[in-house]
Amino acid sequence: MDAARVGVITFPGSLDDRDAARAIRLAGAEPVALWHADHDLRGVDAVVLPGGFSYGDYLRAGAIARFAPLMTEVIDAAKGGLPVLGICNGFQVLCESHLLPGALLPNAGLHFVCRDQRLRIENADTAWTSEYTEGQEIVVPVKNRDGRYTADERTLAELEENGRVVARYVDLNPNGSLGDIAGICNEAGNVVGLMPHPEHAVESLTGPSTDGLGFFTSVVKRLVNA
Amino acid sequence: MARVVVDVMLKPEILDPQGQAIARKLPQLGFEGVTAVRQGKRFEVELDGPADEAAVERVRTIADTLLANPVIETYEVRVLEDN
Repeated sequence: MDAARVGVITFPGSLDDRDAARAIRLAGAEPVALWHADHDLRGVDAVVLPGGFSYGDYLRAGAIARFAPLMTEVIDAAKGGLPVLGICNGFQVLCESHLLPGALLPNAGLHFVCRDQRLRIENADTAWTSEYTEGQEIVVPVKNRDGRYTADERTLAELEENGRVVARYVDLNPNGSLGDIAGICNEAGNVVGLMPHPEHAVESLTGPSTDGLGFFTSVVKRLVNA
Repeated sequence: MARVVVDVMLKPEILDPQGQAIARKLPQLGFEGVTAVRQGKRFEVELDGPADEAAVERVRTIADTLLANPVIETYEVRVLEDN
């Protein structure tokens, strides 16, 4: 059987596209490079929007990348059920695209934060978290300037009531996110946005753990069983 | 050539740590009596024609689409009178 094909979009200013591709390969899938300026998803089975500073984060983080040509296809496919994971800058792009509710604002402490961060997986039923168990704690790097998740009270209540908080910061909230929210998903659970970086925690040589691999093996397992 | 200004502000309920940092600095500089500072953005949009009603409406659409994120921000559009 052919390996699942998982696309990674490169925007001008993306930084973590190569690490995301490496994580996908380690999870047993074939990474497919996608270019922001194309109108072609190349038939991939899932898509990762990687971290970085697309378009220099000018205006607002993710605000210009959200209008990249390829995002037209990503938004349509996401609404049709394609698994989409936005990491860090990718999460910001998904919020700006309104595929996910809320927004990510400058860290409350105004510093760029880079640390190994403990998270609790709150929803292990999404396309990207099924290899974890609910309540499982993992350690992956977090590194961002604009990571403060914000949404109005009604949206926050809706996320909490419907189990759409995917991961929460434990021990320390690095950026002032409301509800210690580190990641959320859409109603269907195929679109997940996550501020910390699981793709940097897939090998013991370079990561604080291999805890991040589960995001990628989750989607591979789902695609193989589909 | 007409110029239209778009002022973008974070919604009042949203924490603005940049504004807070500015406000905290003011007493150290000898400026008393300031209770809060909120930081926003100002865009000056130059048009190739007059700032008539249709053009201003178009700038409003630009503000709503790109310049502001209505999830977290409000915006105001006005024509610069010194055109």
